[in-house]
Amino acid sequence: MSNESITKTFVVAALLSIVCAIVVSLSDVSLKGLQRRNQALDKQLNILRAAGLVESDAKVSAEESERLFAKAKTVVVDLATGQIVPDADPDATLADKTNVVPLSKEEDLASIKTRPQRAVVYLFYDDAEKLQSVVLPIVGTGLWSTMRGFLSLNGDLATVCRIVFYEHGETPGLGGEISNPAWTSKWEGKSVYNASGEPVIEVVKGTVDPSSESASNQIDGISGATLTGAGVTQTVQFWLGNSGYGPFLEELRKTNGAASATHDLEDEGKDAQ
Amino acid sequence: MNNEVSPKESLLKPLFKNNPVFVQILGVCSALAVTTSLRTAITMALAVIFVTSFSNVGVSLIRKVIPGSIRMIVEMTIIATLVILVDQLIKAFSYDLSKQLSVYVGLIITNCIVMGRAEAFAIKNKPGASLLDGIGNGVGYGLVLVIVAFFRELFGFGKLFGIVVFPTVQNGGWYVPNGLMVTAPAAFFLIGAIIWVVKTFNKDMQDSE
Repeated sequence: MSNESITKTFVVAALLSIVCAIVVSLSDVSLKGLQRRNQALDKQLNILRAAGLVESDAKVSAEESERLFAKAKTVVVDLATGQIVPDADPDATLADKTNVVPLSKEEDLASIKTRPQRAVVYLFYDDAEKLQSVVLPIVGTGLWSTMRGFLSLNGDLATVCRIVFYEHGETPGLGGEISNPAWTSKWEGKSVYNASGEPVIEVVKGTVDPSSESASNQIDGISGATLTGAGVTQTVQFWLGNSGYGPFLEELRKTNGAASATHDLEDEGKDAQ
Repeated sequence: MNNEVSPKESLLKPLFKNNPVFVQILGVCSALAVTTSLRTAITMALAVIFVTSFSNVGVSLIRKVIPGSIRMIVEMTIIATLVILVDQLIKAFSYDLSKQLSVYVGLIITNCIVMGRAEAFAIKNKPGASLLDGIGNGVGYGLVLVIVAFFRELFGFGKLFGIVVFPTVQNGGWYVPNGLMVTAPAAFFLIGAIIWVVKTFNKDMQDSE
């Protein structure tokens, strides 16, 4: 039979397709488990970094990462009411495609057009059941790209614990420095709110003037990346505001306040003495 | 093309004399995208070596039964299968690198070198010779990637293999990174410079005027 006959052409095409399809399916089925685990571990590690439990460039084994992450309380939050949704499955919430609310132009500070109706946040408690940090997923638009990361607040719910960007397409060496620990460490301990309780934390152009009144709300800009910095400011302010985690943080403050108010009073008493 | 190529020649010629990137000017697009660091460049090089070698062997093995009318589709199917395989393996065993390489592993499918070698060599040569030709071309491509990545990582980030060589000003050092090096045009300039240097020292490669 000649190579060029129609039957031969069909036979070769069919056999080749079957062999290739088997190879591809086998590799997909056998490697899927490992790939999923890699993705999950990667996310876990970013959350642990945001919670301040893992140093930014430290290598952590899968077991260690899972042990640390087991301490986290993963909760699903209804962003509009700020209430924790009991019995909601975090994985199902993240996978749910109907879990979106469109944002109006005025609300949409972070230029993201929609936000989830229910968000998954991670609460870390110390051994005495005192809130240590709360890790909030954030997303916003920088100069070129969508930036995804985690912002975490300390147990006082008023100062920044860490900020981590794990995905962005900003210019390497300029805006890309938002994922450089040398810059993100400048956020640690900065106050989120002004005296009237509005989230005013911002990345400034140039360096922060330490004598200015709002210095505790300001972070040094990255030189050559003013617009990325503005994007980060808007992202953080949006997510801490009323359209973001504002109502949830308010609720958390109430429940947390009941537990730690006495602590605070004692501390103040000591300061006074 | 002469069918009687010695095994040594099919392996070594593409490294330099007939290098796919700086002589044949193939596969330049991906050389721009993955050469900002040495680790991604080397992973990409290994992936391409794997794909060119085995696609060459695959095409060569069935070269006598491939009908002419669907020849290129057959080659493409073999290449695509191998690329998916490599992509899956990198995702499973080196997740960090797969994030950095993102879509570019998948884009090996469109790398002209792979298709070019299948069409120009494997379709009319024995599997053994085709394997060597595939390895040779993959390594030739990888060599250029590594040279370009060396300069881009060193001058763009002050690092080699992620290890700090020049401490940058962002991290409190003295080196002001070269912003051009981290963007794609730098790879064009570097490849241009490589071609220039190679042709200056190798008179055979100069175009006759």
